[in-house]
Amino acid sequence: MNGWSNEIASEIFPMVLEGFWTVLKVTFVAGILAIGLGLVVAIAEQTAPAWVRRPLSGLMQFIRNTPLLVQALFVWYTTSLYINPEWSAFAVGSVVLGLHYASYTSESYRAGIEAIPPGQWEAATALSLPAYRTWGVVILPQMMRRSTAAVANWIIAMFKEVPVLFAIGVFEMIAQVDKYQGLHYAGALEGYTIAGLLFLAASYPVAVATRRLENRLAKSHY
Amino acid sequence: MLSPTTDTDPIIRFDRVNKSFGDLDVLKGLSFEIGAGERVTLIGPSGSGKTTILRLLMTLELVTPVKDPDDNGGVIWVEGKPYSHMEKGGKLHVASERYLRQRRQKVGMVFQQFNLFPNMKVLRNVTEAQVHTLKRSKEEAESKARELLDLVGLSDKVDNYPNQLSGGQQQRVAIARALAMDPDILLLDEVTSALDPELVADVLGVLRDVADTTNITMLIVTHEMGFARDVSNRVMMFDQGVIVEEDTPDKIFSDPQEVRTQDFLRAVLAE
Amino acid sequence: MDWSTVIDSLPGYAEPLLVTIQVTVMASALALVVAFALGLATSSKHLVVRTPARAFVELIRGSSVVVQLFWFAYAMPILLGIQFNFQILVGVIALALNYGAYSSEVVRGAIAAVPKGQLEAATALNFTTFQKMRLVVLPQAWPEMIPSLCSFAIMLLKASALVSMIGIADITFWADTLGGRPGQSPLPHLTVILVIYFVLAWLIWTGMRWLENKAKQSVGVAKPRKLKADPNADALGGVVEKSSTTQRRGGVK
Repeated sequence: MNGWSNEIASEIFPMVLEGFWTVLKVTFVAGILAIGLGLVVAIAEQTAPAWVRRPLSGLMQFIRNTPLLVQALFVWYTTSLYINPEWSAFAVGSVVLGLHYASYTSESYRAGIEAIPPGQWEAATALSLPAYRTWGVVILPQMMRRSTAAVANWIIAMFKEVPVLFAIGVFEMIAQVDKYQGLHYAGALEGYTIAGLLFLAASYPVAVATRRLENRLAKSHY
Repeated sequence: MLSPTTDTDPIIRFDRVNKSFGDLDVLKGLSFEIGAGERVTLIGPSGSGKTTILRLLMTLELVTPVKDPDDNGGVIWVEGKPYSHMEKGGKLHVASERYLRQRRQKVGMVFQQFNLFPNMKVLRNVTEAQVHTLKRSKEEAESKARELLDLVGLSDKVDNYPNQLSGGQQQRVAIARALAMDPDILLLDEVTSALDPELVADVLGVLRDVADTTNITMLIVTHEMGFARDVSNRVMMFDQGVIVEEDTPDKIFSDPQEVRTQDFLRAVLAE
Repeated sequence: MDWSTVIDSLPGYAEPLLVTIQVTVMASALALVVAFALGLATSSKHLVVRTPARAFVELIRGSSVVVQLFWFAYAMPILLGIQFNFQILVGVIALALNYGAYSSEVVRGAIAAVPKGQLEAATALNFTTFQKMRLVVLPQAWPEMIPSLCSFAIMLLKASALVSMIGIADITFWADTLGGRPGQSPLPHLTVILVIYFVLAWLIWTGMRWLENKAKQSVGVAKPRKLKADPNADALGGVVEKSSTTQRRGGVK
């Protein structure tokens, strides 16, 4: 236990990298869920009857205001104790993470929908467009422009929260460092530092790109 | 070099002053003098540099430095002492923030957009700087503020927030706020341009009072030619950072000599 | 599920709840300090102040709060060669730095959003840089920050659950431990703490809304419409106004 060791660092690096690969895979699956489910929720909150809308909004609010960690534990115990113990932590974790962030992306979509001038809805009504055309051709394309950057930011935030799933046994970076420590009684400094730097290396360029996208969309004409 | 201050010295002297924003040269070697107690109106098309002159005097902008200011100028002088620069070891250097803070004390400004502090009630807008920069006691500052708010006709609004007032009322508070600092020089930057037409007269009325009852030196940028004629004793016509023509308001407005002045006045009066 | 055993165990949650509240409140307070320090530093016109602050913010925001928590708990003691006796402080510091860095962007944004004319007027009245900040900029920026800072406070409350992963006995830790005991099911325990978190989040929202109203009143943007709609309301507003002034300043005449 004294200071940084290059030897340990080079030994632990491939393990952390493997954990990082898992993080990316979870991000991919959960990201698709967050993007898709968020959109479904946002549209439902605008169009569904009150008996669907109210509980749905309530559920989303509950998800947004309680910790991801506890939600993950809750769902994990539910599936493994009562539904199917075969389901992997990877699958369950990805779904919980995706759902958690869908509660945020739906808010970004909603803001995008609400920012559309009322004249657009009125024009669609005046043209007697059916609802699916109004949404598909008028509302969603305009909403996408307004929400894309915000949704992208939520996905970046989600990416950085994947390690929470360590708690239910998803074999990401912290689990890898933990494993190495279990075997060698060392490696915390090297492992967690490398893990942090990998996150930095991956998320910083994406964040910069998103900021640029944000600026470009802000300047675009609609 | 410095000469001893006498009564005949100009209160403001621009000595070959330059100001550029990036590639754009707004002022190129501008020189003029203004005597103590003079009321000078600056007119000219937008972009002619008149607002820049006020902003330089308020130190909101800094002059573009010139090599060897002792020989080549590029210096603003106020009350016989260098203003944009300071004297160090017998030579002129670009002024530090500390020096500017000490020198700008005697200069006040009223803005086009009023710029009252929305987080302070009217009374506090007028007392705050007295207390914090002039170190007056709170009682002294408040009695001064009430006196001035009375002068501008707003003694019943002391406990309102600025956003509860009309634009004209806000601008009158801003005038009171500037006067509370006992300025020797007052800069008025298009003070009626942001006002609804029916509110202009009140503000100009207050400024006429100030001009009649004090001997504050005033530099006025305005498009209100009637006001300029009544209040000022000199009008300077600017275009592209140089003085095209200057004279008494009577002469300038009734018998302008330069084509550019004639064109400008015709355009303004046609509005 | 056997709820009676859960109900029996509820009093045991008192102490872990206190830990959760402690971590959240202490980390929020520290995060606020960090946010203002970094927000002011990244707003500075001096490059030597701005650059390191900017780099620190990007460093923290670029990586993961979970990894940072583990880094502070297990890597930093090795690096510094010391063991912390108070694991809870490690959790507080890690959360505060992370959410402080995020919130500093809110502070910076709100400061940048104060109109330039306000600063120019402050210069014309010869305020010092410090006076400009204290008397003009921050009082106007503060109400604008509150809703976003509130969101971050909620996120911090949620993130406080992570400290259970470094062995701090908060409610998440407690629920997981109790739920894992023989004869117990974790689900009722997790349900209990989900509700607790939700109630705590609601409390933060309510508190912040009150704070926002108060802050907006102090910049004169609350007390809207009524004043204009009814001239009599103006007089009433004036009276209310005066009495509050009198209270605060101990009588101005």
